[in-house]
Amino acid sequence: MISSRFSKIASWVYLATLYGFIFLPVAVLVLFSFQDGRLPVPPFNGATLKWYGEVFADSRLMSALGNSLMVAIGSSLVACVLGFCAAYGLARYVLPASRLQRGLLVAPMTVSYLIIALGLLSTFNWVGISLSLWTVGIGHVMINLPLCFAIIYASMGDHQKNIERAARDLGAAEWQVMTQVSAPMLMPSILAAFFLSVTFSWDEFIIAFLLSRFDVTLPVEIWSMLRSGLNPKTNAVGSVVFLVSVALLLILELIVFRRTAKK
Amino acid sequence: MAQATLETRENRRAWGFVTPALLWTIAFFVIPFIVMAAISLATRKGREIVMAFNLDNYITFFEKAHLLKGLFVSLEITFTVTIISVVLAYPLAWIIAERVPQKWQRMALIMAILPFWTSYVVRSYSWLLVLAKNGVINNTLLHIGLIAEPLELASTRTATVIGFVHFFVMLLTLTIYANLVQMPPNYRRAAADLGANGFQVFWHVVLPLTLPGIMVGAFLTFVLCIGDYITPQILGGNNELALPQVIMLQLGRRADFPMAATLSIILMAVVTLAYIACARWLKMERT
Repeated sequence: MISSRFSKIASWVYLATLYGFIFLPVAVLVLFSFQDGRLPVPPFNGATLKWYGEVFADSRLMSALGNSLMVAIGSSLVACVLGFCAAYGLARYVLPASRLQRGLLVAPMTVSYLIIALGLLSTFNWVGISLSLWTVGIGHVMINLPLCFAIIYASMGDHQKNIERAARDLGAAEWQVMTQVSAPMLMPSILAAFFLSVTFSWDEFIIAFLLSRFDVTLPVEIWSMLRSGLNPKTNAVGSVVFLVSVALLLILELIVFRRTAKK
Repeated sequence: MAQATLETRENRRAWGFVTPALLWTIAFFVIPFIVMAAISLATRKGREIVMAFNLDNYITFFEKAHLLKGLFVSLEITFTVTIISVVLAYPLAWIIAERVPQKWQRMALIMAILPFWTSYVVRSYSWLLVLAKNGVINNTLLHIGLIAEPLELASTRTATVIGFVHFFVMLLTLTIYANLVQMPPNYRRAAADLGANGFQVFWHVVLPLTLPGIMVGAFLTFVLCIGDYITPQILGGNNELALPQVIMLQLGRRADFPMAATLSIILMAVVTLAYIACARWLKMERT
């Protein structure tokens, strides 16, 4: 009896400790983004919104933020469309070497982003394509396509096949089946793939760093801010990014998972 | 005959669906990899890359201590991180699956993921705030009088390991939790009915059944950890370089593209070996 009580208390202490460890850095980050002083370290001198003001007044940061959103949404759209079509083709038709094709499509998932970035950098140099946000976008499609394909392919079950067949028997053309029957049925997983891709692209550093030149994305801009050492303004940017990402997570939770839960 | 033409038309349509994604993967993954492999066989002459098709770069890698050391530093960090993360995450996943009331479990998992929705560059920076000479930990310890001088926590391997463990504890908790809740409760009840005590049930039933989840999580940890540049660069500093830092150094200061390509191929080979070992093991478990 005593031992079970002890193990119960120990469990809660352990849980609290690890959650404390998990939350410590983000708590410090957000707290000292309000620091009234030049250093984001203790002691806490009092709250000010000055650093947030500086963040929103910083045109480089704001354009980096815009670039990040553009690249994230654009590359995720492309990755989702390509991934959906490939999943549709491989799940609904019998193709030669389909195992090999599936393997090829998910292969980039097992390779470090650094290596994908270096490979693309060598190739762009070799062909003579100059670096821009477009090259970053290409890289981000490449890392998100395997993910989109895998998520959507996994959710294509046989019961949907029958509904598609019924639509075809009723005279629907193939593109109608795809856009008006299959895509709506698979919407939860398509949306999940899309939002996951957006967050991955939004947060990605090494590809964006190596494949961009003048216009950069937000993580790259934050990286260059780090050279100035500890600075409450960096805390403020980080907190803003955190809020945006949590908002995305909430959207994902509300739209996608609620819908799947209902079914 | 009609059947055959129908089939070829169907087939052509199917290829139409799959081809764009395949072409994209070939153009931006397969070809870049071949180009990089070719460049790893080249040499650098001044600022030019001269195709030489020899293994000089690979030989140099094994001869130059500072290059080889990068690989060992990376492997040591990765193994340390993987082991610490599994040891910390397993009890956490178990507590969430067993002790936390069912309706709160989802919330508990979401809360565990939440802090990782900061930018990943920012995450390492946040740890710097905690570990810096005038950071939170040193400040607290000095304040309560536990230490007289601030500890050197930032720019050490410890800092890198802490930064990594922070992320991978969360990741492994998710994979292990998924395994724990999938396990039918009857297995444990059966073991208990047959006279096993709590520890025996865990050691002989629960742990073996969750081992695949641990292995998958550990493999993910290995891959992500060994290829990461940000965490060792921000938290570990330049005192000792992990392999990705060495690669970036070749690109930046030394502008030695062939050597960077060589190191990347070696990094990829290490990951592939880990993958083969992991896949073999999982296959053996299943049969």
